[in-house]
Amino acid sequence: MTVTRYDRAPGDTSPPAEAQAGEAAGVLVYSIGLLLAVILTAVSFWVANTSLLWGPGVPLGLAVLAIAQMGVHLVFFLHITTGPDSTNNVLALAWGVLIVLLVMAGSLWIMANLNANMVMSPELMNLHMQH
Amino acid sequence: MNVAVAIPDLQPEVLIPAAEGPAPKRIVVAYGFWLFLLSDIVMFAALFAAYAVLKDGTAGGPTGAQLFNQVTVAIETACLLVSSYTCGMMSLAVNSRRRLTTYFFAAITFALGAAFLGLELREFAIMIADGAAPQRSAFLSAFFTLVGCHGLHVSVGLTWLVVMMAQVATRGFAPSVERRLLCFALFWHALDIIWIGVFTVVYLMGVIQ
Repeated sequence: MTVTRYDRAPGDTSPPAEAQAGEAAGVLVYSIGLLLAVILTAVSFWVANTSLLWGPGVPLGLAVLAIAQMGVHLVFFLHITTGPDSTNNVLALAWGVLIVLLVMAGSLWIMANLNANMVMSPELMNLHMQH
Repeated sequence: MNVAVAIPDLQPEVLIPAAEGPAPKRIVVAYGFWLFLLSDIVMFAALFAAYAVLKDGTAGGPTGAQLFNQVTVAIETACLLVSSYTCGMMSLAVNSRRRLTTYFFAAITFALGAAFLGLELREFAIMIADGAAPQRSAFLSAFFTLVGCHGLHVSVGLTWLVVMMAQVATRGFAPSVERRLLCFALFWHALDIIWIGVFTVVYLMGVIQ
């Protein structure tokens, strides 16, 4: 007789059968997540305000920190893990990430390309629109 | 007309339904809600893309660096992050059927969410009073759409939380109530994930430029 293995519901810390026993472990998981999120948020605010770092690299650094923090939230708060009982949740997430990347990168790329091909430069155009 | 279709030899295990039957309703419901959240995040991606494209279109009006107050944003971020944590504590209390602890953490979650919303509305009111209303420039239209849409989600979440506490009070931890609480927790954590994007893309990147 094989063991029944359903997917885990997104957001569940552990399979329902272990829920009673895993309370302390659950608190620990949320607490680690909170600690990591606080550190990443604090670093983000520091990076945006310091003059120690090379200016043009700051937006990229902020993006990396934000993506890292989103990962922390997904793992420690939403409990989307790489375990075999979470495959469907991860696949759905991968689809979502793909669409988000296509929409955002596609929009920025196309609009930057249109701007670059305009006779009037974007700065001049912005100035022009003011009158 | 009869059409004869040759059925290839399928592997037997493909045809036999799983002996254990379909997954429990809790898992199906949470998975469906997870798909909804992802499509909600896709909608936010479109708003983020619009904001990123339009953020320099200030039309001579105020820029982000002139408008945004980082202290307010930091307090808003802290409120939402801690409320996400207390929401997790509430989920644990629901799992172990402790009603008073559930109320306690739900109350903290609600208070922090309401504080976030109050700060955001105050920020909007100050901006509009200073002439930085949505109709002032493309940048401000995109800003109010993106941040306002997130704020709208937070107010929906707060209403949902009150309704859920009323259901816990009247019906206890019935399976249907428990499923809704699981969905609420997913919703609340997802809002915090979107807020990471908002404070990074809108506020922090707006201040450095």
